[in-house]
Amino acid sequence: MSARMAEPVLSVRALEVAFVGSGRPVPAVRGVDLEVHANEVLGIVGESGSGKSVTSLAISGLLPPTARVRGSIRLGGVEITEADHETLRRMRGVDVGMVFQDPTTTLNPVFTIGRQLTEGQIAHGRLRADAARTRAIELLREVDIPDPAGRVIQYPHQFSGGMRQRAVIAMAMAGHPRLIIADEPTTALDVTVQAQVLSLLARRQAETGAAVILITHDLGVIAEMAHRVAVMYGGRIVESGPVEQIFARPRHPYTVALLRSLPRLDGGAARLEPIPGQPPAPANLPPGCAFHPRCAVARDRARCRGEEPALRAAGPAHLSACHFAEEVPAPSAPRAGDGAEPVRPAVRRDSEPLLTVENLQVHFPIKAGILRRRVGWLRAVDGVSLTVHEGETVGLVGESGCGKTTTGRAVMGLVKATGGRIRFAGRDITSLGRGAMRQVRRHMQYVFQDPFASLNPIKSAGEIVAEPLRIHGLYDEMGGVGRIARLFEMVGLSPSMMGRFPHEFSGGQKQRIGIARALALEPRLLILDEPVASLDVSIQAQIINLLQDLQRELRLAYLFIAHDLSVVRHISDRVAVMYLGRIVEESEKQALYATPVHPYTQSLLSAVPVPDPTLRGVRRRIVLEGEIPNPASPPAGCTFHPRCFRASARCSAEAPAFLPYPGLPTRAACHHAGPLVPAPDAKHPQEVA
Amino acid sequence: MRRSRELARRVVARGAAQVSLAWLATLVVLAVLAPVLPIDPLAQDLLAELEGPSAAHWFGTDELGRDIMARVIYGARTSLMTAAGAVAIAGAVGVPIGLMAGFFGGWRDAVLMRLIDVLLALPGILLAMAIIAVVGRSQAAALLAVGITGIPSFARITRAQVLSLRKRDFVVAVEALGGSAAYTMFRTVLPNSWSPILVQVVVLSSVAILLEAALAFLGIGIPPPTPSWGEMLRTGKTYLYEAPTYAVLPGLVLTLTILSLDMLGRVMASVLEDRHEIEEPAALQGGRP
Repeated sequence: MSARMAEPVLSVRALEVAFVGSGRPVPAVRGVDLEVHANEVLGIVGESGSGKSVTSLAISGLLPPTARVRGSIRLGGVEITEADHETLRRMRGVDVGMVFQDPTTTLNPVFTIGRQLTEGQIAHGRLRADAARTRAIELLREVDIPDPAGRVIQYPHQFSGGMRQRAVIAMAMAGHPRLIIADEPTTALDVTVQAQVLSLLARRQAETGAAVILITHDLGVIAEMAHRVAVMYGGRIVESGPVEQIFARPRHPYTVALLRSLPRLDGGAARLEPIPGQPPAPANLPPGCAFHPRCAVARDRARCRGEEPALRAAGPAHLSACHFAEEVPAPSAPRAGDGAEPVRPAVRRDSEPLLTVENLQVHFPIKAGILRRRVGWLRAVDGVSLTVHEGETVGLVGESGCGKTTTGRAVMGLVKATGGRIRFAGRDITSLGRGAMRQVRRHMQYVFQDPFASLNPIKSAGEIVAEPLRIHGLYDEMGGVGRIARLFEMVGLSPSMMGRFPHEFSGGQKQRIGIARALALEPRLLILDEPVASLDVSIQAQIINLLQDLQRELRLAYLFIAHDLSVVRHISDRVAVMYLGRIVEESEKQALYATPVHPYTQSLLSAVPVPDPTLRGVRRRIVLEGEIPNPASPPAGCTFHPRCFRASARCSAEAPAFLPYPGLPTRAACHHAGPLVPAPDAKHPQEVA
Repeated sequence: MRRSRELARRVVARGAAQVSLAWLATLVVLAVLAPVLPIDPLAQDLLAELEGPSAAHWFGTDELGRDIMARVIYGARTSLMTAAGAVAIAGAVGVPIGLMAGFFGGWRDAVLMRLIDVLLALPGILLAMAIIAVVGRSQAAALLAVGITGIPSFARITRAQVLSLRKRDFVVAVEALGGSAAYTMFRTVLPNSWSPILVQVVVLSSVAILLEAALAFLGIGIPPPTPSWGEMLRTGKTYLYEAPTYAVLPGLVLTLTILSLDMLGRVMASVLEDRHEIEEPAALQGGRP
C-alpha cells in the first residue's frame, strides 16, 4: 500500500455538475471528492440518478455542453476543468482509457477492429502507421482473443459481445493510460462472459498498474474487483472506504439498506428488506439529507430533514455522510439457514400440474436471398419439458439467446410452437385457434421485462389495467372502476393515480401497473419475463416481495424467467437451467444450488459475483471459455461440449438424454453429470484474477 | 392524451411555428367569416377598374372593378376546402391501407404496397388534367387529383409507424391479454400513430393548395366567377403593367400560406424526432441501472 502515499493519479475536489435546460438547473453531482492512486481500483456504486455516470463523464471531459462544472479535477497534476480542447484531447488519448457499457455502440461498425485499436495511438504520434498491424495483433493477444492475426482485420459485427468488450478494453489500454474509467463494463454481458471480462480487466490492471474507476450498480462486481468503494446517492458520495469495511461494517444507512435488499446466491429465502420509496430524481431532491425519506435511522428527526450531513470520518480511511453514523446497524450476515423462511402453503405435486410442457420446439425458418428461400432453421427452443403446479414458482434461468423468453412466449401462444405439447389446466392448448386461445389467456398472463415499453403511452394507468377486462367484455361484470381500484391497492399503488399516464410513473411503479394488468382477469398462471431485470436494486426487492405476497394470497403459479441466478434462487421452488434451447438441469431449488450436477450449472453458479469481498479468491471459480454458439448452427452432440470442462469424445458425438440423477430430485442432460469434486488444491484455490 | 398536448405545446413554443400558425389562423378565420364580412367578391364597379390599393379597396380592384381583397379572402375558402377535401380522401384511403399492410404483413402487405407503388407513379398534375378532361372543370377535380396522389404518402407513413409499433411490448401485451386483431389495430396501434400522420396532413395541405392554384393558373381550375388565387394570378399577369398589385398581392398570400404550412410541418417533424424526451423525462442521467 505504499502507492497510497504517492501523489494520486486522479484527484477530484468539490466537483459539482448541473445541467441547464429550459427550466431551473438540475444538479446531477453535488460536491464530490475522490482520489484514485496507481494500482488501485475504486468502485463507485449507485442507482440511476445517483450521479455516478455524470461524475465519470466529468472526469473524462465528455459532458454535454448543457453541463455546468464547478470544482477541481486534477489528473496527474493537471487541472482539466479549465483545460482547452487540445489538452483534453491529448489527455483522453494518452492518460485516460475508457470502457463503456455497450461494446456494440463503442466500436465503429465500418472500420476493422485493428484499425480502431491503433488509430488513437497513430493520431497522437505514438505509433508509426506501418507498425500498427503488429501492435494491434499484440493488443488483441493481450486480451486473450484467439487467433489475433486473423481477427485483427475483422469488423465489429464479426465479434461476439464478449469479444467486442475485450477489444474495447484492449483499446482503452493501448496507450498505457494511467487511469481507466470503466462505466458498467459488464452490464450488457452474460454471467459467464462477465466473469471472463472481469478477470481480464483485473489481470490487465495488475499488469499495467493503472488506476481504475469502476462504475457499476452491481455490488457483487464491486466486491470482486474494487479495493476502495464510494457509494453515491442523490449526487453525492454518502460513504467511502476500503471494500472489506464497506461490506462488513457499513456506516451509512443507505449502504446497509442496499446490502439488505439484495437477493443473494449465498443467502437464505428470508423475506427481502426493500428500501421504501424511490431513488430521488436530481431535479427534486429532498431537503436536508437526500436519503432521509427512505432512511430507517433518520426516523424523521429534524436534523436529517433540515441539514445536509457532511462526509466525516467513521473509521480508518472510512467516511460516512450521516448525522447518526454511530447508530447505523450492521447488515445482517448472510441469511443462510436462519430459519426465517416465510411460511408458504405447501405445493401439491400429486395432482395434475397446472401447466405441462412436453418436448416443446420452436424453430424459426432462416430465409436468405432475393427469393426469401428457407436456408435453415434457428432452433430457438429445441425440446423443453417442464411442469408448473398450482401455487408454485418455477424459475427458468439461462443466458441471453438460450430460448427462455421464446419458451414463455410459446406457452402464451404468442409465438407458434413447431413441435411438442403444451397442456394447461387439463387441456391441450398447443394448436388452439385464435378464439379458443383467447379464452385460455384469461387464465394465463404475461408480465414483461421492460415496464417502459410494455405500457401503452397514450392510455392512463387506470385504462391500462382495465384493458383486459374490456377486451373480454367483463368490465362491468367484474366490478368496473371499483375492481380497478382494488387491483391498484393489491399491487401497492394508490387508486388516486389511476388518471396518470405511464410517463409520470417510476420504473418500479410501472412494473406494478404491468402486474395489476396481468392480475385483472384473475389468472392462475403468470409468466414473468425478467420482471425485475430493468429495475434499480432497491426497487427490485419491493417487486419481488410483492410477487411473493400475491402468490400467497391468490395461489398463483409463476413461471419466472430470468438471467439473474440470485433472484431466481430467492423466489423459486424449482429451477430449470436452459442452454441453447434445451433444459440441461432441473431440480428443487435447494438441491440445484447446493449440489448442481450439470457442468454448465456449476460454472454458471461459480461465475456469479457474490457481494462479499471476503470470498474473493476463496470461492472456486470456473471461468468458461468462449460464448454461447449461434443457435442456427449448434455444435453436434451435446451442445455444451465445446465449452465444457468435462467433455469427452462421446459428448461431441451423442446428445445426452434428460434423465433423473440418482439420489437427488434432479434431472440433468449430461453424459458426465455429477457433483463438483473439490479441487485437489482446494486449500489453495485458484486465484480469480 | 396528455402526451399529444405536450407535443402541441412544444410545437407552439417554437418561434417559426408561432409565425406560421398566426398566419394560418388569420387565413382560416377570415375564410370562415367571409360571408358575414362586409365584402363582396362579385360586386362589379366598372368605373373603378384596375385601381391600386386605396382606403376603399385595400388590395385595389381587378379588371371588372371587383375588390381584390374580397376575392383573396374568398379564394382562401377555395384553397382551404381543396386542401381539406384532398387530405380527407388521402387519409381515409391511405391510413387504413398502411395499417392493414403493416399489421398483417405477408401477402396482404405485398399486394397493398404494390398498389400503392402504382399510385405513386402517377404525376399529380397529369392525373388532375385527366380527371378534368373527363368530368370537366370543377373544384372536385382538383381535390380528387390531389387526394389520390396523396394516398401513397399516408399509406407509407402509417405502415412504417405500424411496423415499428408492431413488435413493441405494449402491443404484444394487448395480444397476450386476448385482444382481437381489430382491437389491437384500431385501439392500440392507430392511436399511437397519429403524430407522423398529422405532419403529413400539413405537408399534403400545402401540396393541395399549390396544385389547385396551378390548375387555376393554367385555366383549367374552378370555373369563374368563383374566386381562386391561381385564377387571380393568371388574369393579374395580363395587367402586370397597369396594376402590378393585382397579381403580386394574391401571389404573396399564396406564397406565405405555402411557406407557413411547410414551416409548420418541419417544426412538427423535428419536435417528433426528439419526443423521447417527453416519454422518459428522467433520461437526463446517463446511468442505467
